[in-house]
Amino acid sequence: MIPILTAIGAMAFLGLLLSIVLGLAAKVFYVYVDPRIEQICDALPGANCGGCGYAGCSDFAEAIVCLGASPDGCVAAGASTTEAVCSIMGLSAGLGERYVARIFCQGDEQKAVQRFDYNGALDCAAAIVSTGGDKACEFGCVGLGTCVRACPFDAMEMGGNRLPLVDQNLCTGCGNCVQACPREIPLLIPISQKTANLCSSHEAGKTVKQVCSIGCIGCSVCKKKCPEGAVDMEDKLAVVNPAHCTGQGVCLEKCPTGSMVSLQSPALEKPEASSAQETA
Amino acid sequence: MADYLLMMVTAIFANNILLIRFLGLCPFVGVSTSLESALGMSAAALFVNVLASTISWNVYNFLLVPLELEYLRTVAFILVIASLVQLVEIILQKVAPALYRALGIYLPLITTNCMIFGVAVLNIQEKHSFMETIVYAFATAIGFSLALIILAAIRERFALGKVPAMMSGFPAALITAGLMALCFTGFMGLGQ
Repeated sequence: MIPILTAIGAMAFLGLLLSIVLGLAAKVFYVYVDPRIEQICDALPGANCGGCGYAGCSDFAEAIVCLGASPDGCVAAGASTTEAVCSIMGLSAGLGERYVARIFCQGDEQKAVQRFDYNGALDCAAAIVSTGGDKACEFGCVGLGTCVRACPFDAMEMGGNRLPLVDQNLCTGCGNCVQACPREIPLLIPISQKTANLCSSHEAGKTVKQVCSIGCIGCSVCKKKCPEGAVDMEDKLAVVNPAHCTGQGVCLEKCPTGSMVSLQSPALEKPEASSAQETA
Repeated sequence: MADYLLMMVTAIFANNILLIRFLGLCPFVGVSTSLESALGMSAAALFVNVLASTISWNVYNFLLVPLELEYLRTVAFILVIASLVQLVEIILQKVAPALYRALGIYLPLITTNCMIFGVAVLNIQEKHSFMETIVYAFATAIGFSLALIILAAIRERFALGKVPAMMSGFPAALITAGLMALCFTGFMGLGQ
């Protein structure tokens, strides 16, 4: 009987001692945590994509409460989440426009000239460092899917023609693909933008024609013909200003290579690419 | 002094806690995907291992042995380790928030790491003195860090390489770990 009692007594003593130490430590080293931080954390999507510019959702929640960060900073969340965060913070919601990623290159395997068969590491940055990529265009998509792997929302996939596809419904505009890309192929544009020049090449027209059949040759006919003056030429590349473009489509008709594309049909990229796969 | 040195070399290389004794394997495959998290885990493990072994040794020799309750050491040690990790977490959050954030999830995870408990028990089994306990705990944690960081570095390298789909991820990591363990048996016979 005695050994059992000693055992119980000893363990109870040890447990009591440790709990007193822990209890004291919790009092002495008490850190006040704003309860709103946890509430906001629960309201946020929890994907930790980093699109808001903070290390993760909990970090962003802390920034909203402690540093006064804007509650609509979460690009992954829909309007309902922003409203929920605003109601926790006692603010009124003012919603910004949704941004989505677009692939600014149309040089697939048929249209872009390939210099050699690439057989190295399956990573765009590695390919550029080692060989410059197999496509001859120095500005185009390398096509090894680094951006696809960077997407935390499964909104991207590699098409069969070695160009990434973006699902506009799933894309949250977090910008992870923009940062992952060693070139500047995925770019964030407003979802309402009606027309875009899906080419990134700043080369002279002659060079572009040698390496790609659908690249922007910098002829600036779109700039001259646009009735709204919505096209600017930036170093031999036409760039559409979404604030002025009304989507009349004059530039689409005039563009000699087809690099100017209408974005108005909803969820344009996926169906078009899948039909291209079938014909190919 | 020479004894301590010998003990350290033995614990780090010849009896590496991960690769020869196979203790604490969950972080070995779980946290070795990137060098940064491996370093964080190593630092946290080193810290907790030394502290836990020291306190467990005292609990055993000054509480359990006098009361003839040696058979309760598993329960007692787990109690001590779990509370200790909690305590360290509370103190770190107040005193060094930056370090607390850097260690992140690894600190609470260490509560259930069998290396911490294993070293505490080994110290008792080998009848180490108090100083020997500290040195041994430090050296095993260094051995743990060494193996973990080497594996993380290797895994970072072949994350970019062409690994067949059926082998990518854990299978490749386990085979690498096996080859590393094979290499470390080369240290057998070194030291004690």
